[in-house]
Amino acid sequence: MSQVPAQLRYTKDHEWIRLEADGTATIGITDHAQAALGDVTFVDLPKVGKSFAAGEVFGTVESVKAASDLYCPLAGDIVEANTGLNDAPDLVNREPYGGAWMIRVKVKNPADVALLLDAAAYSASL
Amino acid sequence: MSESLARTPLYDLHVELGARLVPFAGWEMPVQYTGIIEEHMAVRKTAGLFDVSHMGEARIRGRDAAAFLDRIMTNELSTLKPGAARYTVMCQPDGGCVDDLIIYRFSETEFLICLNASNAPKDIAWMRSLIGNAKVEVLDECTAWAQLAIQGPLAEQILALTTALPLATIRRFGFLVGEVAGASGCVVSRTGYTGSAGFEIYLPAASATQVARALLAAGKPHGLIPAGLGARDSLRLEAGYPLYGHEISERISPIQAGLGWTVKFAKTHFVGREALRRQAEGGPASSVVKFSLNDRRIARQGATVYAGEIAVGEVLSGTHSPVLNKPIGTALIAAGYANAAELTVDIRGTHLPLTISVEPFIK
Repeated sequence: MSQVPAQLRYTKDHEWIRLEADGTATIGITDHAQAALGDVTFVDLPKVGKSFAAGEVFGTVESVKAASDLYCPLAGDIVEANTGLNDAPDLVNREPYGGAWMIRVKVKNPADVALLLDAAAYSASL
Repeated sequence: MSESLARTPLYDLHVELGARLVPFAGWEMPVQYTGIIEEHMAVRKTAGLFDVSHMGEARIRGRDAAAFLDRIMTNELSTLKPGAARYTVMCQPDGGCVDDLIIYRFSETEFLICLNASNAPKDIAWMRSLIGNAKVEVLDECTAWAQLAIQGPLAEQILALTTALPLATIRRFGFLVGEVAGASGCVVSRTGYTGSAGFEIYLPAASATQVARALLAAGKPHGLIPAGLGARDSLRLEAGYPLYGHEISERISPIQAGLGWTVKFAKTHFVGREALRRQAEGGPASSVVKFSLNDRRIARQGATVYAGEIAVGEVLSGTHSPVLNKPIGTALIAAGYANAAELTVDIRGTHLPLTISVEPFIK
């Protein structure tokens, strides 16, 4: 069974969201997502400063098997992207909730957070 | 959907081993067990065991068997000696490929053909339609046989732990028939689809699980792991082997695919000869090339290849090469452009330079 940490929020597209104290959100893909993708070979992430609407494609994760779009779960501006994944894309398989975080977003509308799934709801959707 | 998928005799073992099963050519097959890259590297460094029981088999038997095969295949089979196998293509009159095959000769009058899973019914119907007055039978043995492939530098050492057959005497594309792990009637051939050393074993379907378990147990201390179709695909692409439906198909001939060495024009007649001869002499309209990318994005099947602004081809297969640690693939390129200096491939709107490789990606 895949791991679904209780303290995170989720989307049905298998992204996880950690709400930080400074009003930003850290975003990655779930353990379930990495297992479904298989060996990840490339993660294409946006530049700092770019803005995304909720549900917009912010990047691509590519595995041996397929390329999949990454959807921004919350509207906002990119304040940081995990450049470490350029050299170690396999972190997505090994540490989906840790070293393989993908972007940090300055959340535009904090009320949108209420639309995210909690761990129980996400687990139920798997 | 899933109720229509066929299962190999090893299905329960795959489930027990934790395989991820996917639909492939009408079969429910393991795409991976632990991970495609790990399984790929096991085959390059130690050994991997593949269930390839989805592949089809047909027995060709009769006084005219050799002449019949010479007439319907591009390669020459009448000169094949009993105990040896040969790779060949079976073509349409227009030169397109019906299938690519390995043919094993048991005796003067008896052959076994290995068919691609997705083509097996079509191949058998095609061969039967060409019998005419020849004294030959085409027997469908697809369900009678299971197939295992043990591939990798330690494959021979591991297989030797389960059989008394003198493996060292089997030359490349040679085979012996005998007992493996207590199962009699196994065909053990020094062939493979990975570019690493190893064997393919045709065995009675009822013996498949017993033999697979024995091989996995004997090989475990030596680094043998089960490997799925994902690794099989990345291994064959690194090795430069064609896959039906990608590098060869009903629209891509063996001449276009760089398989001219399997086409024996010295034979005065075989199906497709005239069309293939025209292509070989005049040059085909397009041909298959191997390429790599200095990037991490994979150019996948269907991606368009450009020379400047002109679309000159399409990607046929693409994957990540674990040995080279970069994307590799094959593409069908229009005549005159295969040696163009500045080919690019469009990956989701980005044009990346493509490096044509004349040599195989691995030695």
